[in-house]
Amino acid sequence: MSVGLLFDATRCIACGACSAACKEQNNLPLPIEPTLTAYTWTVVRERQGVNIRSLCMHCLEPTCVSVCPVGALVKTARGPVVYDAAKCIGCRYCIMACPFGVPKYQWDRAIPIVGKCILCRERVEAGMPTACASACPTGATLFGEREALVREARSRIHGRPDLYVDHIFGLEEVGGTSVLMLSSAPFEGLGFKNPLPKHPLPMLTWQALSKIPDLVLMAGVLLYGIHWITARREYVRAVAAREVSPGPAAALSGWLRSVWRRLSGRVERP
Amino acid sequence: MNHTATLGVRLSRVGFWQAVFGLLLLGMGGVTVVRYMRGLGATTNLSDAFPWGLWIGFDVLCGVGLAAGAFTLTAVVHLFNLRRFEPIVRPAVLTAFLGYLLVIAGLLFDLGQPWRIWHALVFWNPRSVMFEVAWCVMLYTAVLALECLPVVFERFRLERPRRLFRLLTTPLVIVGVILSTLHQSSLGSLYLIVPLKLHPLWYTPLLPLLFFISAVGAGIGMVILESYLSQRAFGRHLEMELLEPLARVMVVVLGVYGLLRIQVLLRNGGIAELRHLGYEGSMFALELGLGTVLPVLLLAFARVRTSPKGLVTGAFLVVLGFVMNRLNVSVTGMEAAAGVRYVPSGMEILVSLGLVGLGFAAFSLAARYLPIFPEKRPRPGARGEDLLGPVED
Repeated sequence: MSVGLLFDATRCIACGACSAACKEQNNLPLPIEPTLTAYTWTVVRERQGVNIRSLCMHCLEPTCVSVCPVGALVKTARGPVVYDAAKCIGCRYCIMACPFGVPKYQWDRAIPIVGKCILCRERVEAGMPTACASACPTGATLFGEREALVREARSRIHGRPDLYVDHIFGLEEVGGTSVLMLSSAPFEGLGFKNPLPKHPLPMLTWQALSKIPDLVLMAGVLLYGIHWITARREYVRAVAAREVSPGPAAALSGWLRSVWRRLSGRVERP
Repeated sequence: MNHTATLGVRLSRVGFWQAVFGLLLLGMGGVTVVRYMRGLGATTNLSDAFPWGLWIGFDVLCGVGLAAGAFTLTAVVHLFNLRRFEPIVRPAVLTAFLGYLLVIAGLLFDLGQPWRIWHALVFWNPRSVMFEVAWCVMLYTAVLALECLPVVFERFRLERPRRLFRLLTTPLVIVGVILSTLHQSSLGSLYLIVPLKLHPLWYTPLLPLLFFISAVGAGIGMVILESYLSQRAFGRHLEMELLEPLARVMVVVLGVYGLLRIQVLLRNGGIAELRHLGYEGSMFALELGLGTVLPVLLLAFARVRTSPKGLVTGAFLVVLGFVMNRLNVSVTGMEAAAGVRYVPSGMEILVSLGLVGLGFAAFSLAARYLPIFPEKRPRPGARGEDLLGPVED
């Protein structure tokens, strides 16, 4: 079973306790910046009167994990998408590709790494909730099994259809995410890319990548075949022009063929 | 009298370019220090909103693409057996090899932790296009280095290794063509993952195919330009009887490419974008009009193709259009979604120019001291062939 968070924007008072707890838990330097950076992994922003949290959504099929050439980003079985700084070469493809704009880079360092929320991997694996969920004074950020959180979100929408938009953000977006969100205003206006496809993005590159083995085999055979034909043509021309004498195998097969023609009575008469 | 004057002009021109090159190298050295001491933020105009800039868009995407002349010509000569094109294979392969070395040099600036560039050898992620790109760069650079070896053998008259090497010709050419096909197209595949960020004028599932076809066209364009430049620099003649048929191939390739681009435009509704010519629309129109449609129309006329000036102009437009396309995909088309305007910093531009300068310098050194051009070969009267040149018996 994988875990996740349910963030309910209607209960968020933008106190910033989640950001502060995150900084402490992950040993990140202060201050808490207004937007996500390599040193600030979660912030609360106000959009259209709604307090909305920014943090890694921990996709079920993460784009960043698929694009990383060295496998520095991994989706763990428990849910967190984690980052191994020791592998990272700094190509920044994850930053390019993330549909939520989450991974950030240490542009100010000579030896930079990527910074992003790791869903408090160690705490989660020790059976504890994330630091942000523990710190939240209003219960706006709820930690739990993803399936239980989906049920909870459904019942909240069902109970107060006047309050919530009928949309559990993260249930289906880019194939689903471990972090789910509820809001009183449409998510399109809250700073998310719109529209987000329902299918996971890694599919798009996999469609191209999965053709490589076939392509290599077919191209190899085709190219060698072309070479074989042109080289053979060249050889036949050279033999006919008596520039080259045919090799012993060719001479033998030519003789055998002429014997066969004579024996089978198919001798060409001039 | 007149002769001495021309010589004087030529000498002073060489002196001017050498001075420019020296200054470029000096500047690049300075940027290198800043880059490694203070990081990417201090050197570039890159940011979290715009993580890939000129060094990816120009140095890598264009560097790799413009090297495509090598695999095209090795295939034409060694697989399709059109031997008459053989004299221009060596300069094309040399250009590609230098191009790939410069791409790697560019990556050493661009990667956040370039000293870990070897990680892709050890830590694998076959689901990543970038992983494929990394392996293609490594393997094809190795293939190109091997393809250049016969030139060195010939220069130092190492007959035995040269003969042995002939056995490798066909497999090397085939592997080179396959790796190039994969690499050129994978650079386009890199952008398949950003359907929400790349502008619809450029985003299409056909990106890998379009990148491959346009690289073949621009690779041929580069071969023509290169012949022109070496003719100017080394007082060679322009091999019009070889370049003109190549230009015909280029017209066909770019014709197919242009039709595909227009079809994509009609299909994904990008055409509406062109009606009011915004920032992206005008860049797109400029790229496709100036860099594809115009050279195809020009070079379709035999009169243009057979005149050296027309041919070189057409090839220049093709290469220009190619560079514009790669920069449009990597920069112009990504700006709206990023919400920022990216203009490369002076230091980024300096490094890119410096790398181009290094390429020119390395090519002219090689052309001077190695048998790259046919007239530099030790003995005429060749029979048989090996990878990059005839074998003298």
